[in-house]
Amino acid sequence: MRCSREGVSLLRKTEIAVVGGGPAGLSAALTAVRQGANVTLVDRDPILGGQLVKQTHMFFGSKRQYAAIRGIDIPAELIAALEKEGGDRINMLLDTTVLGYYDDGSLLIEKDEQARVLYPERVIFATGAAEKMLPFPGNDLPGVYGAGAVQTLMNVYGIKPGNRVLMIGAGNIGLIVSYQLVQAGVEVAAIIEGAPKIGGYLVHASKIRRAGIPILTSHTIVEAKGAESVEGAVICKLDENWNSIPGTEQTLDVDVICLAVGLSPLTELVWQACCEQVYVPELGGYVPKRNERMQTSLPNIYVAGDVAGIEEASSAMICGKIAGLYAADDLGYSNNMEQLSAEFNRELNELRAGEAGAKIRQGLEKLSGGGRVC
Amino acid sequence: MRITEHPIIEFRRGNPVSFTFDGNPVTGYEGETIAAALHAAGVRVLSHSYKHKRPRGFFCAIGNCSSCLMKVNGVSNVRICITPVKEGDLVEMQQGRGELVAQD
Repeated sequence: MRCSREGVSLLRKTEIAVVGGGPAGLSAALTAVRQGANVTLVDRDPILGGQLVKQTHMFFGSKRQYAAIRGIDIPAELIAALEKEGGDRINMLLDTTVLGYYDDGSLLIEKDEQARVLYPERVIFATGAAEKMLPFPGNDLPGVYGAGAVQTLMNVYGIKPGNRVLMIGAGNIGLIVSYQLVQAGVEVAAIIEGAPKIGGYLVHASKIRRAGIPILTSHTIVEAKGAESVEGAVICKLDENWNSIPGTEQTLDVDVICLAVGLSPLTELVWQACCEQVYVPELGGYVPKRNERMQTSLPNIYVAGDVAGIEEASSAMICGKIAGLYAADDLGYSNNMEQLSAEFNRELNELRAGEAGAKIRQGLEKLSGGGRVC
Repeated sequence: MRITEHPIIEFRRGNPVSFTFDGNPVTGYEGETIAAALHAAGVRVLSHSYKHKRPRGFFCAIGNCSSCLMKVNGVSNVRICITPVKEGDLVEMQQGRGELVAQD
């Protein structure tokens, strides 16, 4: 980045800054402008929508949560609503990176190689998550890709990540991305999973089985082969204690190894702001403490989406609405609070009910330490 | 490596964009990132680790992992996975940690 001699320039004031324009950030911004607040939405990507822009599968849940709509079609709806209803109260800054948070509540941002300062009265961090790594020899070779990156290449830009893929992880992301690879005309050699059973939904696993892709449970990767990029992968079986069983190694002829082994909340800015955080494995690692309003230990900072705990897009959108609602409320934009808050909480509880939400409920319980969190 | 037929997505590619990578001409499309255009052109090695010089490629595609840092139009440490490609861009493999550019 070029730093001008004058240093930081172009101060801008806003009521609410939303950092991250994925499902949570877009929903937070829309709810806040609907309540009457001025909002600046910042995203480092040139496209809004976060991970939604690559979700070609249909969503579950009720109609309000975009069930039977493909993820890729959701951002356009939210952006159109933001533009229409936000008018001059919404400002969207794309290709813009938030570099830091300062104690006076300001954000240092970079756009067009210029550093600028944004002065918001409230901040909503909706920064999302990053792919987790897996330790194995050769894991740094070109061709070892995160599942999100594979989706970006093939579903956003229409580019094949390679010719033959080994997928690591049989959770929902591993299963869904494997199916999307097949749709893109890429061969999937196998899906391997360290656990003794498939972690994702049966509906996704069945599609994979019908496509003829083997799902090898109790299997792990031994190493990635290749000099300049991936030329193969060695896998092996695991016993019930997750130890490799000697003699079970096999080499797969693949040029891509795709990691779908979980996500970590992108909490750098939350750390830097010194929001109190708690380590909760069920939520993906360290997550900020917050109350039922999605407000962190710093009253001017709210969180929503994966940064607040790894979940999925539907709940991220509702948590975004809750954060947007209360950040606006805090500034005096308090229309219809009781009704909206009850509505959002009901939706969220519906999504987290049942077996699929058990892990999240357990994680939230740990995070709250008995109190109420969202 | 570009997908031409897909059961769900219709890829609407923008106008072709010409740029160079280490002096070689590459064609991308308006609206895609430099990393996407390079991947489509078959470029898999994007950088090298500082100490052991091991090859690094595309990994996160969200501007987070620093595996794709390159020199673009003379500026080092550009995250090419979130930087849209522009006509005439001079894209180069970066050596080491890159260098600061003095403002004119």
